[in-house]
Amino acid sequence: MARAVVSVPSTAKRGQVIEIRTLVQHAMETGFRRTQLGEAIPRDIIRSFVCTYNGEEVFRADFHPAIAANPLMTFSMVATASGTLEFKWTGDKGFSLTESAKITVA
Amino acid sequence: MTTRRRFLTAAAGLAGGIGLASVSRRASATPAAMKDAVRKVVGTATVRQGRVKLDVPPLIDNGNSIPLSVAVTSPMTPADHVKAIHVFAERNPLPNILSVHLSPRSGRARVATRVRLADTGTVLAIAQMSDGSFWSDSAQVVVTLSTCLEEALI
Repeated sequence: MARAVVSVPSTAKRGQVIEIRTLVQHAMETGFRRTQLGEAIPRDIIRSFVCTYNGEEVFRADFHPAIAANPLMTFSMVATASGTLEFKWTGDKGFSLTESAKITVA
Repeated sequence: MTTRRRFLTAAAGLAGGIGLASVSRRASATPAAMKDAVRKVVGTATVRQGRVKLDVPPLIDNGNSIPLSVAVTSPMTPADHVKAIHVFAERNPLPNILSVHLSPRSGRARVATRVRLADTGTVLAIAQMSDGSFWSDSAQVVVTLSTCLEEALI
């Protein structure tokens, strides 16, 4: 089972820009490689990553095969209110993974 | 009857054919393919240099995992913010690397990730602003061990 690690500060001041780091376990098979017998290995990558903050989408990324295995994504956002951050990765072969983190805004 | 000379010419032709086939299998994007991919993103707008800072190491031992970050100078207000950042590589089998979509809620226009590069060439980052303008930055990267196209050990 794939695992995801997210790094979100547990507390922040209102209006502060916080940095979020996410790492997800995935081989990101490019679809350009072949086995030693010459058979093409089918593409199997994470296609998209969405981050929502209290239900509102704040960040979205489209991945292509050129993203390294175990995709790392660092981005930032404004801490507006206490609540939950939801992270969702979707990809080939029905890959879907969600992770969430709580943040307290003072 | 097959003479030695005829046999050698045929063998050379065959070897040439195999060489050509293996070259075509190493399908790599060309600067033209990257231009097409960029055109799909920006449409007819002109892309200007500046405001974007693409950070990628100039010399890379292993193309499988390369730290890459893009920062854009922008106040990130509802009136003036970065809408999207697109990253392209000239020599990858597929020129697109990554597209991220930002909003004023992002606070700061900076993203970082790890990418794969197939060969030595140019990496290009393009930022799409809320006013519809496009800004870019590029970097020359030398890759000593290529990725994407190597044989898998399975």
